[in-house]
Amino acid sequence: MCGIVGLFLKDRALEPELGALLARMLGTLCDRGPDSAGFAVYGAAVPGSIKLTIRGPLTHDYAGVVHRLQAGGPALPYAVRDTHLILTVPAERETAVRRDIAAMPELTVVGSGRRMEIFKEVGRPDRVAERFGLDTMAGTHAVGHTRMATESAVTTDGAHPFSTGADQCLVHNGSLSNHNALRRELIRKGLSFQTENDTEVAAGYMSWRMQQGDSLEQTLNSSLGALDGFYTFVVGTESGFGVLRDPIACKPAVMAETDRWVAFGTEYRALVDLPGIDAAHVWEPVPAKAYLWERH
Amino acid sequence: MRTVDLSQTSLRELNAALHRLKPTTNETHWRVLNPRGRHAIAVGVDAPITVEIDGHVGYYCAGMNKEATIVVNGNAGQGVAENMMSGRVHVKGDASQAAGATGCGGLLVVEGNASARCGISMKGIDIVVKGSVGHLSAFMAQAGNLVVLGDAGEALGDSIYEARLFVRGSVGSLGADCIEKPIEDHHKAELARLLEAAGINGAVDPRSFRRYGSARKLYHFHFDNVGSY
Repeated sequence: MCGIVGLFLKDRALEPELGALLARMLGTLCDRGPDSAGFAVYGAAVPGSIKLTIRGPLTHDYAGVVHRLQAGGPALPYAVRDTHLILTVPAERETAVRRDIAAMPELTVVGSGRRMEIFKEVGRPDRVAERFGLDTMAGTHAVGHTRMATESAVTTDGAHPFSTGADQCLVHNGSLSNHNALRRELIRKGLSFQTENDTEVAAGYMSWRMQQGDSLEQTLNSSLGALDGFYTFVVGTESGFGVLRDPIACKPAVMAETDRWVAFGTEYRALVDLPGIDAAHVWEPVPAKAYLWERH
Repeated sequence: MRTVDLSQTSLRELNAALHRLKPTTNETHWRVLNPRGRHAIAVGVDAPITVEIDGHVGYYCAGMNKEATIVVNGNAGQGVAENMMSGRVHVKGDASQAAGATGCGGLLVVEGNASARCGISMKGIDIVVKGSVGHLSAFMAQAGNLVVLGDAGEALGDSIYEARLFVRGSVGSLGADCIEKPIEDHHKAELARLLEAAGINGAVDPRSFRRYGSARKLYHFHFDNVGSY
């Protein structure tokens, strides 16, 4: 099972509604993945800065954490959303701040980027979305996932999206069969992994391809050869949104497009509240074909 | 005509009302509004009625249909008309995977494309797809006709038994034990009948199709049993 939703806006007027639209899509797919949920939202960038998404225990004193990370320097803007802290750090201070976070074992950096914020927790997807206030978030594109665990434990670490590179995230419906071998290969190439999860390996592979200079399209096409197993992926980058299904295509997928947005849903039910859906072009993405949209 | 709005009435109430109909019912025309991709709409109908559904439907729409004519004015999710026994299911848009799976009888017409595994394990159903079908269509197909006006994807008719496959466009590849076979006059007559039943009156020439079927090397075919198919 598992459910995936994704929304890529073409019409800027819809940007303030991105989170509210995604929250309804995600809530509809609770029954495909009731154990945990997560989402990544591509919001506004702060020039010269990077956003770190940091996860800690629910009762954590984030104001105190930020105070320590500022280390007497200029204030670091931040926002707390339930268990997650979004910290905006000037690029030149990122290394120092990350080093200080690494010294706080209760905290984990779950993602970073100029625009991406990422949230995930164990629990019913609609409640997870509510805890983080997804419906108040704005941005250009977003992906979300409702999980029914098969390949690794029901933990927050095992929830999607997985992020293995700046502004990159991936959600997955399916299961990979060659992830252990590929993980070892990627570790030899210098990548590091936080979990035993198969999806993290797919995300790591794609990050590695993009580090090597591949475009998102090239990355998706080379994934067809490198990854063995069942998958429907939705991938986000700073400006892009991609979809890929394995050649056997056991895992369902529906897409819809209007001149205002492009949307992905594991089932059509997830798309029914989008504005103008009745006149949208609705289709099933073809197996083994990379679909992508870029925002310029 | 009875109109059921699924934003007002539950799907369970709709299906229960359809199941209560007797063969002699006077309520022969139903219209369903706001399907919104729900699964299992109009499943298990067993009465000579027409059900028109206005919008896209989810999985297994019109499954196990007997006698009824079910029209989807939109796309259908996985397994539309699966295990249909008789009657007619007409999808005006595209159909997702496994359309007509295991169907034993009746006619499924898809105006658009059907994706992978169309007609998988079909057992006597006739399927006419006016667009193309995806990979592994007619996998282990036992009986019935699959007519494709467009193209077929890879591994068409893999491990096929005695179903007849007619494709007008290209075939990605043939599956194990599936071969091209000559079209005889009685095949052309059958094709003409199916095309007419699907509402294509004379616009498509039965001679423009190629026929595919079993090489009968993968299973124990006995000619004495040919009448069973």
